[in-house]
Amino acid sequence: MQDYDPKLIASLEEKARLLRRHVLKMTHAAKSGHPGGSLSCTDIITALYFHTLNVDPQKPDWPQRDRFVLSKGHAAPILYAALAEKGFLPVEELMTLRKFGSRLQGHPERGTVPGIEACAGAEGQGLSFGIGMALAARLDKSPTRVYVLLGDGENDVGQTWEAAMAAPHLRLDNLTAIIDRNGLQQEGPTEKIMSLEPLAEKWMAFKWHAIGIDGHDMRQILSALDEAKATKGRPTAIIARTVKGKGVSFMENVVKFHGSAPTDEELKRALAELGEPA
Amino acid sequence: MTGIVWKTESQRDYFGKAVLELGRANPGVVVVGADTTESLKTSMFGKEFPDRLFNIGIAEQNMIGIAAGLASSGKIAIAATYAVFGTAQVYNVIRQSVAYPRLNVKIFCSHAGTSVGPDGATHQMNEDIALMRGLPNMAVMVPCDAPETARTVLAAADWEGPTYCRFARSNVPTVTSTEDSFTIGKATTIRDGSDVALIGCGIMVAKCVEAAESLDAEGIDARVLNMSTVKPLDIDVIRKAAKDTGAIVTAEEHSVLHGMGSAVAVEVARTRPVPMEFVGMPDRFGESGDADSLLQKYGMTAAKIAEAAMKVVKSRGG
Repeated sequence: MQDYDPKLIASLEEKARLLRRHVLKMTHAAKSGHPGGSLSCTDIITALYFHTLNVDPQKPDWPQRDRFVLSKGHAAPILYAALAEKGFLPVEELMTLRKFGSRLQGHPERGTVPGIEACAGAEGQGLSFGIGMALAARLDKSPTRVYVLLGDGENDVGQTWEAAMAAPHLRLDNLTAIIDRNGLQQEGPTEKIMSLEPLAEKWMAFKWHAIGIDGHDMRQILSALDEAKATKGRPTAIIARTVKGKGVSFMENVVKFHGSAPTDEELKRALAELGEPA
Repeated sequence: MTGIVWKTESQRDYFGKAVLELGRANPGVVVVGADTTESLKTSMFGKEFPDRLFNIGIAEQNMIGIAAGLASSGKIAIAATYAVFGTAQVYNVIRQSVAYPRLNVKIFCSHAGTSVGPDGATHQMNEDIALMRGLPNMAVMVPCDAPETARTVLAAADWEGPTYCRFARSNVPTVTSTEDSFTIGKATTIRDGSDVALIGCGIMVAKCVEAAESLDAEGIDARVLNMSTVKPLDIDVIRKAAKDTGAIVTAEEHSVLHGMGSAVAVEVARTRPVPMEFVGMPDRFGESGDADSLLQKYGMTAAKIAEAAMKVVKSRGG
């Protein structure tokens, strides 16, 4: 693995803690939303927005920008938090999540907040959309790279596998799929609801370059993203082992926090654990 | 029932040629297909522009999603297959990935309606207009003949946002002339008349013309309108028809539920209620057989239109 500057790693880890605090405050204020699956992919999204993605809030429609598609649309809070800290929208606006009149819809809507590339909510549609973007970039001879973040539950969806079959066939090495393998879906463990394993082998059998990582280890995330960029002739799938509710002791691996917001007391405890400044 | 001898032509041929010409004029046009590119004649485009046609196999959800992603990056993305696969098979992908973000995905489907024939009910798509007109942001076109099908391609490319266009598998009568134009949202008057308005779309427009001729013999002067856009609907022409004739028959090769006739009825009820009848596929599945026998059996004929016209004229009285 490449030797990353410890200062870079520390700053990304600090940013991730900040984004986690946003997620908890936002879902608490909304009294609904999906904190668990937002926290599981927070480190990945932090690495993307604050290190890897070539995006510019001053020109959100710049044709040669990199594209990020949040296929698991229920993790909208973490996308909004990252976009806000990146400068795509005011941080204060985050607290309007899911409220009447807000741009921050319960699931992402393209055309509301700049930087949102796709509508998502119904699972399993993001990878196809990403393939279209990657094909357009190739036709336009653009350096654009496309990153699609999927929930592991989206591996239940047929369309995901239609897309998984197509991307290597089309030799889309400008496309990276990242699977947030937190192991839990709405009604329980993925292996109990509809077993996915051996998951990396499935993606490899579909001719993807597959990389397994700890999705909370910032060095491993950066390294995998770099490896994806260096991989030619085929797309890369990063299977990131994560923990649902990561970063808050009492939320970790608790199915309940897939789709329910923290109470007043839970928010207080969670923020304390995440180093909220006094 | 009448002496009209129609020239018949293939809507798919005209569609394929129009897509090729559009591709020549606009390098931003791309095509996504699902193992039906030969049948839809988009293979002509693919032959000339191999890097701009993506045949992604029997994976219609992926076809629509890829088209949406291409459109999100500035392309005009044409997705083309058979009507049952291009709508019902992929409804929520169209809804979330195309219609909701209002992307320039242009869905063109052949094999619409009962006249698909021998393939049977699985392939006879009689609910696609209903599905597509229900989607916010979606424009819906049903060209009446082959030349008009070509015109819908150019109109769709110029239209900002998603479109759906459906046409038939078999050769169809040519009703329009080369001078005719097509504008999304505008119906055209094929024949003027003041006693009853026959509002058709798709292959039923020619049958409306035949019905109008036979009604002449009964002393009924029928107007024939080609309602080739079902959404946005040409409200003005419908109001005028209601006002001028006071009796309306709609005719479509689609379920009588939620198709063009329903759309027209809502406008008529809202603005100027007049007696109406609805010629179309009854609320049931079709079966295998030749197109003419099936259209006869399920009542999608010029005779049925004429019969319906007599009925509404009688209801209107005066």
